[in-house]
Amino acid sequence: MAIARTDNATLFAGDAVSTLRLIVYLALAVALMVLDHRGGYLEILRRAGSAMVEPVYRLAAFPADVARATRTAVATQDRLASENRQLREQLLLAQARLNRLDTLVAQNARLKALLEAQKNLGLSVQFARLIDVDLDPFRHRIVLDVGANQGIAVGQPVIDAHGIMGQIVEVLPNSAIAMLITDPTHAIPVVVERSGVRTIAYGSGAIDRLELPNIPLSADVKIGDRLLTSGLGGRFPAGFPVGEVREVNADKSGMFAAASARPAAALDRSGEVLLLRDQPQPYGPPALQEDMGPPAELAGPAPEAQAGSP
Amino acid sequence: MQAWLFGGSLAIAFMLQLMPLPQPLLPFKPYWVGLVLIYWAIEAPERVGLGFAFLFGLGSDVLTGELLGEQALRLVVLAFIVLRFRARLRFFPVWQQALAVLALLLNDRIVMLMVRGFAGEAMPSAAFWIAPLIGMLAWPLLFLVFDDLRARLRASE
Repeated sequence: MAIARTDNATLFAGDAVSTLRLIVYLALAVALMVLDHRGGYLEILRRAGSAMVEPVYRLAAFPADVARATRTAVATQDRLASENRQLREQLLLAQARLNRLDTLVAQNARLKALLEAQKNLGLSVQFARLIDVDLDPFRHRIVLDVGANQGIAVGQPVIDAHGIMGQIVEVLPNSAIAMLITDPTHAIPVVVERSGVRTIAYGSGAIDRLELPNIPLSADVKIGDRLLTSGLGGRFPAGFPVGEVREVNADKSGMFAAASARPAAALDRSGEVLLLRDQPQPYGPPALQEDMGPPAELAGPAPEAQAGSP
Repeated sequence: MQAWLFGGSLAIAFMLQLMPLPQPLLPFKPYWVGLVLIYWAIEAPERVGLGFAFLFGLGSDVLTGELLGEQALRLVVLAFIVLRFRARLRFFPVWQQALAVLALLLNDRIVMLMVRGFAGEAMPSAAFWIAPLIGMLAWPLLFLVFDDLRARLRASE
């Protein structure tokens, strides 16, 4: 009896997996991929199915959350106390630094008012928590617990306490997916803090490494230099720490120097992140065009319109 | 009951695929979705055809994917090979099956590399090739657990 069934099953399987069917399905898959590559339909589909997808993400993150909660619950009083003390000290330090910054901000505002500058560096941020799921170990993506309903949009920079983490690449109603700066397909315009050299930092695919492959040999880049966002390209606002140069070598052709850097943000440890609210568009080229409007004598109505538009 | 086990195993495969691990361990995560599909293609081909593999892959793409159709393609290839050699795979001892699974998963990685290459993504690091080995090690465990569960269910029916 059992043997007969197996035989049938084998025969059936042989029919079911004809090469023709394989070719049809492969063609279908390839067609889908090409369409999606061109049109980004996956995002639309995922958004449509977000009622399904989001609970699955939360469910998958649940065991890790429980583990973390348990660890906190059973942590010794002693360790909590020491951690508390440490955090208190850090807060004190940060507060002191902030106080000093406040005066600087005030001073800056005064100077700017003197210069009649329109731009302001005010930072509007939104707090978000990581949903601890792993989409693909070889693509550096993180899932955040805020989405379109919380006013998140594609392109918003993601930062933590130490520096730039990445940017939002996909938004679902109640969660968002961000690409880290170490993703192999990510690039971020940076400037070397000490010398002002501008270059681009590419993701390397390793969580603790950024590549700066094409720096002119004459450029002044040394080990230990801090990299900041340059604000070029208009995606990331200027002045945020990106990383620290770890290595500088000549590249293979000998025409350029190639450096690698360690990201400043705690990419693999941060549980809470900040999303920058306002897109840094005003720092980029489009704003410049607006500024080049009528001459200052006719500025009466023009600033009106500008103040009204954002 | 068998249907419940079938559905449950697919759901668990998705969960395991999404489950976070400490950063250094991430490359070691086996392709659970593929492993579960291989198991059911060997044991219950009346449920798992190419069409099912395709749909399962699409579901996986929506959950974890970047490109719609990538995992559908990979799983169709996987299911096709398994179903073609099913009569032999079925009667292999477990360790030999594990070796076959290693070959299948390595092939899957190559397909994945091709797809991503065409999509213009960068070459992944050497750690990319570790996961199939872990998949091979996970296979006997998965196989024995599922076989045991199914035997129990059959006994209770």
